[in-house]
Amino acid sequence: MNDIDVRFLEDSFKKYYFNHFDLISTPQRTSEREFGYQKFNSSFFNRHISLKDDKELHLLFMQNIPSDVYCSNAYYAFPNSPMNEKDWKEADLIFDIDAKDLNLSCRKNHSISICNQCNQISKDAIKCEKCNSIKLEKKSLPCKLCIEASKIEVNKLSNILIDDLGIDKKNIHVYFSGNEGFHVYVFNSQFQKLGSKERSELVDYIMFHGAIPETFGMKKFKPNRSSFPDFDQKGWGGRFSKQVFSSKSKRSKIISELLDNGYSSFQKLLDNVSENIGVKIDPSVTMDVHRIFRLPGSINSKSGLTKILCTDLTKFDPYTDACFLNDDSIEVLANCPTEFQLKNKKFGPYINEKISLPTYAAAYLMCKKLATTA
Amino acid sequence: MLVLGQDEKAKYPFLADAGQYLKDKGFSLVQFGSDPVLKLSVEKALHRIKVAAAGEVYKSDLIDGQASKDYVLEREVFSFLLAIVLIKLTGMSTLIKRFALAEARRAESYLEKDLGNASNKSKIDLATRIIFDLFNIEIIKENDFFVMPVSDYLKHSVTFNEREWKLINRHVENGKVFLTPDKTVRLIRKELGNYISSKIINAPKPSMIPGLENIVDELILISKKLTPTYTITTGDYPPCIKHAIDILEKGENLPHSGRFMLATFLLSRGQTVQQISPLFKNAPDYNPRVTLYQLNHLAGTLGNTTKYACPSCEKLKTQNLCFITKECDNIINPSQFGKKRQ
Repeated sequence: MNDIDVRFLEDSFKKYYFNHFDLISTPQRTSEREFGYQKFNSSFFNRHISLKDDKELHLLFMQNIPSDVYCSNAYYAFPNSPMNEKDWKEADLIFDIDAKDLNLSCRKNHSISICNQCNQISKDAIKCEKCNSIKLEKKSLPCKLCIEASKIEVNKLSNILIDDLGIDKKNIHVYFSGNEGFHVYVFNSQFQKLGSKERSELVDYIMFHGAIPETFGMKKFKPNRSSFPDFDQKGWGGRFSKQVFSSKSKRSKIISELLDNGYSSFQKLLDNVSENIGVKIDPSVTMDVHRIFRLPGSINSKSGLTKILCTDLTKFDPYTDACFLNDDSIEVLANCPTEFQLKNKKFGPYINEKISLPTYAAAYLMCKKLATTA
Repeated sequence: MLVLGQDEKAKYPFLADAGQYLKDKGFSLVQFGSDPVLKLSVEKALHRIKVAAAGEVYKSDLIDGQASKDYVLEREVFSFLLAIVLIKLTGMSTLIKRFALAEARRAESYLEKDLGNASNKSKIDLATRIIFDLFNIEIIKENDFFVMPVSDYLKHSVTFNEREWKLINRHVENGKVFLTPDKTVRLIRKELGNYISSKIINAPKPSMIPGLENIVDELILISKKLTPTYTITTGDYPPCIKHAIDILEKGENLPHSGRFMLATFLLSRGQTVQQISPLFKNAPDYNPRVTLYQLNHLAGTLGNTTKYACPSCEKLKTQNLCFITKECDNIINPSQFGKKRQ
């Protein structure tokens, strides 16, 4: 990114942080958290920072004008010490749901490839149209379908957290990640002190990984009809029934088929239904108890959108509700072969066009390397 | 502090305060070496250790978990306490491990029976109290099941390799896992063994009791026979195999998957079934007949003549059997160790 673009983005981000500091939720037990930040055009990651309160956090934003700010889900005795000396106490449970992991068919319509060799921009290409290079950087401008599909996964996850894992609804906070998905935080749960291995088991449970036929009624020897789960059963038994039997009237017939097909075929069925009923979370995120996550209320430098709490997920529209940069116009040279919508206004497509855009739209394109200051 | 009834002391003797129990009964350790009446308890203690050393579980004189007579109960507790004294006098760690494992299995069967005893609430209460006091797991009876917080379940179940123990294969509802009595007890088997073994290790070593010297010598001889006389050079072996051999040498339990890995690896290195078999002699549940049968199957000399190959590094990782070092040099199977060239 060139210096003029960096200055423009830094100015825009600084204005946002100055005017919207109320949106930044200083995490509970601030002094026990590790903070980190990055600056534009710098690969250096400032980590192992500890802050006492909002004032120090505000100062960090104003003095450094970071491109991205992060905070640990873990609580430490010494958050600013090196990792092995921090003295880990516990960590909130966090789930990451990202549209890019959902294998959505719409993705090819809004994926853009930028050639690392000649900077040629093309729509979802495997190799550069201009120089044939295969070293391409992929960018996506997620559409409403992506967001809706991610919301479905968030709702599936919330149901399991509440019904199966007994988590109080008020302790589940859903945040738009600022780019392509959602971060689901679980506070004050029985899982706070669990380590990575145990969290990995929780992940498998939520994703419906590792199920064996016996759990769902199919015994290896002398299987019988009575052990198959019912529709009204709680937990995975009920969800499995609804997915496989589809209606109560079909249950008996389908059980007969399952018994005829045998044990190994049932195992295959379990692996297949896992794709539909399991929640598509990123396993590595939940398992990691030392990770630092984008700070709620801060801007995501991949989009210029804010990571924000979703109080009403159904109505939430990230392209209006998380778009906080100002409307001041700026002239940019845009090269974005697909259209996008922000603050209820359509933009693009632009093919090497010099145009005047509001700051929020210009920043969105610059963050995705699809525009530069004219 | 857990208050135990008479029967419970016999079923779970490791919970009793050994010194206090003897004192309460008006005995001192020295009396067991000379008093002909107390000799029966000494013989029982010896039998108890021998059974454990043979990899079996001692069958007590309790009937349905109850002592028919007071002296039966007393002898049950005495024999356990004396067994610990005798083992301490031998100083043999192999005996500690085997005895702790056998006693854990014995206690496990009583705990399972007590938990499953629907008609006797006090028995269930006591069993759940023992589990809470020893392992800090709060379990509550709900209909035919015992329920515990998911987080407690996970802390224990992650050490199991079998898929059956994965959380997805349990009924989970409202933050609780539902388990049958046998699974509840199985979940804490390892900790129960560790608890008993730490009690023995931490018990003070008494000075030799006159009259028990011969018994102690006999036990030392038994223990020495259990320690394998083979020598294995582990220099050329990958870390996973070295680790498995270490476990067996310590007389600890190597999971089935670990035994499979070790046997198939050694077979792939050209060792014979007869050469490999003694390696497992130190396993707490060693049975020469079963070991030979299984090794012959793996070698393809029995059954359908399929020779089993050593599992891949990837597979071993998922079974927590991989202890990769830089010497592994990106191999994908332990049998490639030391052979791969850059």
